[in-house]
Amino acid sequence: MKLKKNIATSEEGFIFNPGTGDSFSANPIGTDIISLLKDNKSAETIVEIICAKYDVDQSQFVKDLDDFESQLKDYGISD
Amino acid sequence: MAKKKKIVIAVTALNAIDSPGPGVAVIRAIRECTDFDVRIIGLSYEALEPGIYMHDLVDKTYQIPYPSAGTDSLLGRLIHIHEIEKMDLIIPNFDAELFNFIKLRDKLKAMGISTFLPDLDQFEARDKVKLYDFGKKHGLLVPADKVIFEAKDLEKVAEKIKYPMVVKGKFHDAIIANTLEQAQKAFYKIQAKWGLPIILQEFINGTEINIAALGDGEGNTISVVPMRKLYITDKGKAWAGITLDDSSYIELAKKFIKATKWRGGCELEVMQTADGKSYIMEVNPRFPAWIYLTAAAGQNQPASLVKMALGEKLKPFSEYEVGKIFVRYAWDLITNITEFQKISGTGEL
Repeated sequence: MKLKKNIATSEEGFIFNPGTGDSFSANPIGTDIISLLKDNKSAETIVEIICAKYDVDQSQFVKDLDDFESQLKDYGISD
Repeated sequence: MAKKKKIVIAVTALNAIDSPGPGVAVIRAIRECTDFDVRIIGLSYEALEPGIYMHDLVDKTYQIPYPSAGTDSLLGRLIHIHEIEKMDLIIPNFDAELFNFIKLRDKLKAMGISTFLPDLDQFEARDKVKLYDFGKKHGLLVPADKVIFEAKDLEKVAEKIKYPMVVKGKFHDAIIANTLEQAQKAFYKIQAKWGLPIILQEFINGTEINIAALGDGEGNTISVVPMRKLYITDKGKAWAGITLDDSSYIELAKKFIKATKWRGGCELEVMQTADGKSYIMEVNPRFPAWIYLTAAAGQNQPASLVKMALGEKLKPFSEYEVGKIFVRYAWDLITNITEFQKISGTGEL
């Protein structure tokens, strides 16, 4: 999954889509995922990094990541 | 340093109310331009238009006759104002008054007063009543519509346009109707306020985008700034909005201006559907009330209009700041009874 090219993000988790004017706030884990997606990291790498940083069950996180990615797509943030 | 020439500019639509006219925003943008000095003459219709009392923006205000009084009446008043003020330019900003000002364009020019308005045929081609045919002719997406003069025609039209449909007035107001009863109610409500005809329009579901554009009258687009409303009033007016980065809106505005050879400012009201189609819902033949955002974003459309009206050739703007936000606010301006009395009694302040 890739974020759309023009999507602006901040370290505080603010996401702005300049094409639609929509803006969103992500929680700290969401902010980390967005940042990793911006760096073109694969889903496997994101799972690895997040699970190492946070106390989270890997199989649960894989499902949550999938859900988060479909939200990003629905909101027009990713392709 | 050479002293800048003082330009006398008359501006209408000083009604900075909850459903605001663009005048105050136009003046604010013009005053912000450092290329010229200006004396601003307000032209008002009613004594409580807030701009009349904004003395830091408007130097002097004169009341003018309502558009329904006709061009002779308006011209007579403008001749009087011109004798005192020696106006260089008039920028009318109300839909309902534009017809008269366009009609008077040559006479004003002969008096030494410039305008920068579309021709009458350009102005009429984008009229709500003719917009569908206009779109068809120029390959622009416009929702299907039907113009009616009697409520009894609603039922017949609904067979073709289907519910929900949008019931619109000639100048203002639009009500979404889901049933014949709702459509009839909307018909009479809008008729009472704005008269006939009534336009019945296909309902398009999507995101509303507004585009402020400025044409040079030769088919060139000097400026385009698209905006999405972030907060709207109960009248559907923008209370906050943000500039967008989407080249399809820029291209759409350019296509419109090229097709019409539009001269002056205009606002395209566009509905962007989920499948990416941009329908032109309306074309307002003047600057929108949020026009100051164009100046804030780096494309000062009112100041550019002033320059072109006074004969300057401008290169099109190529960039503007994306994500620039305006948030409108209400402010209780305090004045004295003497000022109110003066504008009410003498028609000048």
